[in-house]
Amino acid sequence: MATENNSNFSRRGFLKASSLASGGLLIGFNLFTACKQKAEMPIDISKLNFADFNAFIKIAENGMVTIFSPNPEIGQGVKTSMPMIIAEELNVAWKNVVVEQGVLDTENYTRQVAGGSQSIRFGWDALRQTGATARQMLINAAAAKWGVSASECSAKEGVITNAKGETLGYGDVVKEAALLEIPENVALKEPKDYTIIGTKAINVDIDEIVSGKPLFGLDYKEEGMVYASVLRPPAFGQELESFDATAAKNISGVVDVITIGEKARNLLNSEKPGWSVKLSSSDKVVVIANSTWAAMKGKKAIKAVWKEGTPLESTEAHDKELVKLLDGKKFRTMRSDGDVKKAFAQADKVLERTYESPFLPHNCLEPMNFFASVDDAKVRLVGPIQTPEDLATAVSTMLDRSLEDISVKMTRMGGGFGRRLYGDFAMEVAEIADVIRKPVKMVSSREDDMTTGVYRPAIKYRIKASVKNGEITGYQLKEAAVNGNMYGLIPNFFPAGAIENYQVDVASLKSNITTGAWRAPYTNFLSYAEQSFFDELAEVIEKDPVQMRLDLLQKVKGTKDDKIQYSPERLEGVINLVVEKSGYRTPKEGVYQGFCAYYCHNTHVAEVADVVMENNKPVVKNVTVAVDCGIVVNPLGAINQIEGGVVDGVGHAMYGDFKFKDGMPDSSNFGTYRLIRNSESPKVATYFVENNLSPTGLGEPTLPPAGAAVSIAITKATGNRIYKQPFTKNMVAKEIIG
Amino acid sequence: MPTYNLKVNGEKQVVEAESDTPLLWALRDNLDLVGTKFGCGIGQCGACTVHIDGTATRSCLLPVSALEDKEITTIEGLSENGSHPVQQAWKEVDVPQCGYCQAGQIMTASAFLETNPKPTEEEIKIAMNGNICRCSAYNRIQRAVAIASEKIG
Ligand code: FES
Ligand code: FES
Repeated sequence: MATENNSNFSRRGFLKASSLASGGLLIGFNLFTACKQKAEMPIDISKLNFADFNAFIKIAENGMVTIFSPNPEIGQGVKTSMPMIIAEELNVAWKNVVVEQGVLDTENYTRQVAGGSQSIRFGWDALRQTGATARQMLINAAAAKWGVSASECSAKEGVITNAKGETLGYGDVVKEAALLEIPENVALKEPKDYTIIGTKAINVDIDEIVSGKPLFGLDYKEEGMVYASVLRPPAFGQELESFDATAAKNISGVVDVITIGEKARNLLNSEKPGWSVKLSSSDKVVVIANSTWAAMKGKKAIKAVWKEGTPLESTEAHDKELVKLLDGKKFRTMRSDGDVKKAFAQADKVLERTYESPFLPHNCLEPMNFFASVDDAKVRLVGPIQTPEDLATAVSTMLDRSLEDISVKMTRMGGGFGRRLYGDFAMEVAEIADVIRKPVKMVSSREDDMTTGVYRPAIKYRIKASVKNGEITGYQLKEAAVNGNMYGLIPNFFPAGAIENYQVDVASLKSNITTGAWRAPYTNFLSYAEQSFFDELAEVIEKDPVQMRLDLLQKVKGTKDDKIQYSPERLEGVINLVVEKSGYRTPKEGVYQGFCAYYCHNTHVAEVADVVMENNKPVVKNVTVAVDCGIVVNPLGAINQIEGGVVDGVGHAMYGDFKFKDGMPDSSNFGTYRLIRNSESPKVATYFVENNLSPTGLGEPTLPPAGAAVSIAITKATGNRIYKQPFTKNMVAKEIIG
Repeated sequence: MPTYNLKVNGEKQVVEAESDTPLLWALRDNLDLVGTKFGCGIGQCGACTVHIDGTATRSCLLPVSALEDKEITTIEGLSENGSHPVQQAWKEVDVPQCGYCQAGQIMTASAFLETNPKPTEEEIKIAMNGNICRCSAYNRIQRAVAIASEKIG
């Protein structure tokens, strides 16, 4: 069993403190590691050094607490929830806490938090320890001032009180506290004593967002900056042969037309390409202009001739190849228990089904963009990116510059969904800036963003199960995915451990179309396939689908298999909660409910979707969600993530469709690519399983079950199962088939 | 390059731009009003919504040359300090996730409530249907519009 409360956090030397020249106490710490011996604390607040520490707390003489973290916000609310954890242990009032994102002129941002569902899980111990240690430092300083023992003093809402009832504010003792030894092994609070964790805190950037302040990469501007628009090959596999820029250069506002690509290619062919493999190896034509509009217009006016570098692929061909893989023998087995072949041979009944999904673009609402400035002294990069360290390394290799020359500043991100893990667009602008030696911002149009992206791969699953005497005896899942999909831990998710003969096999179809992580990577489609299959399997064994899950979970309880990732008890908990809250046992006339339960991204989730028929069409009205994510740090932010994950999951399962022909995507903007809209969005009702286990993230885990719950509900409404996404293009209504 | 006299958020502005430049880019690149966002450029997502003479309009398709004598309001000019009832409701409900679409959502909602201050749930959904939220914060957007309507009324 994976334990949920393990802490391998080193307590020794994990934070450092200093007194600020301008007054106040400064504490530096790292979220994932102890800090370096030689790490130096600044005494000037404008010189926070994020190379040695990845977060700082400042306690000012007026008692105000400022938390500095260069963590960007992708929209998952960590910029609010992580400081809440510090404030809780520090015992300060939340209203006296200010959160600031890094400091703009910092030279080197390293060891950044990648964001995502992982941040809270990994940060939990470090954040609590830091807050508690800072609190103890202040108490120790006050005790020394009074000449009493620290154990007689306590702190509440930023005020320290001794046995006589005398008080000192945090701000009154900051100077002294900075000089004292840093206490070790400070006791953490009991969850029952929490006053901030579990309360509803509003997004710390809310005022800026609702009043339109510059926050995002696209909003970034510098004096003398020019704009760049990049013409990339329209089809995957194509390369630039030649181009004519005459018309483009005649457009008013266009400053120059250049090509880039050679440096990126050298990097691609080098030993450590990293994620720069997401870059196309072709040359690209870049229009430099003094406005975004002129750059975009200039790009449209370029007459380019493309040649075929590698074969141009199509969805039609992929479909055939993926089926061939499923029919064939070229699998890698990722987990195998018992003997599935034998179970299938001895079965009373065998059920086998194939599930299919298309590619999916990320479509962050803020299109990819990045700023770069390159001169002999420095390479400065600014923009929305989740992997700044990788970017700095890749750019340093590509431009043959020392890593010290490179700085990466992160802005708020207009959505991530996995796309901004890959910095191909930032590499491009670095190459552009290296050529033109001017500050420049590259802005992708929606068409650029959607057609030259990184995609969730097209995947097919074939699932087979055997039934003997009414029991499930064997289960085999085969995956065939473009450029592969599943990774190490997934085969140990449910139903691993619950079925005696169990096997997961994967096969990959190599493609020149770039693929990568997409919100809830690996499981966003797997959940739909497996959960739909379980629903059909329950029908075959004539069992209630909820009861079938609960019976299977019984078999996992007490397992000695420490590879198993999920907890049967916690999965049972969310199942019982969702059944109760959704009214699953007391169905309403005309409402068709689909149930599923899933574990992924360290969180246990169960969902019930309600579908009704309107004008002969199934409409998703409500989704009830039960979540076990441990302690809920900020319910307001958590519910936002949960609702977003569910509606996003429903949307992509219903409408998400993206095909290739001759290497080219069939959609390039929202006119043809359908995203879920306001009136199509179900109402989401969220319920938490209450416990005191470490918090897990919520950006991802509610998405994968949503498509499954909807498909099962539609099946009940229409009488037909759906084996292919998107549902709107692949379902058959009862009425239509008669 | 030609110049255009625009009236943005109550102030006269002179913009030097080609006649086909969409208002969106004139606001962002020329006037440094970056609250109005670029999402699609084809009128499909609503991220670029501003008010033209009080009506919610997509600024990505609207050339600067067509705007002389019009009152243009952007998110920056909706209220002094985020005090418009729609902005207040947005804060109360804690609507944003990534936040990128929200200026457009707020501009659509505020113009809509001017014409229909007491909308039904269904009317809200239809009015807000043109604004994509990729983070799918639709549940909260609906709630915030309803709360703003109470505040106005
Ligand atoms: S940017 Fe104008 S509608 Fe999308
Ligand atoms: S909050 Fe991210 S697009 Fe709406």
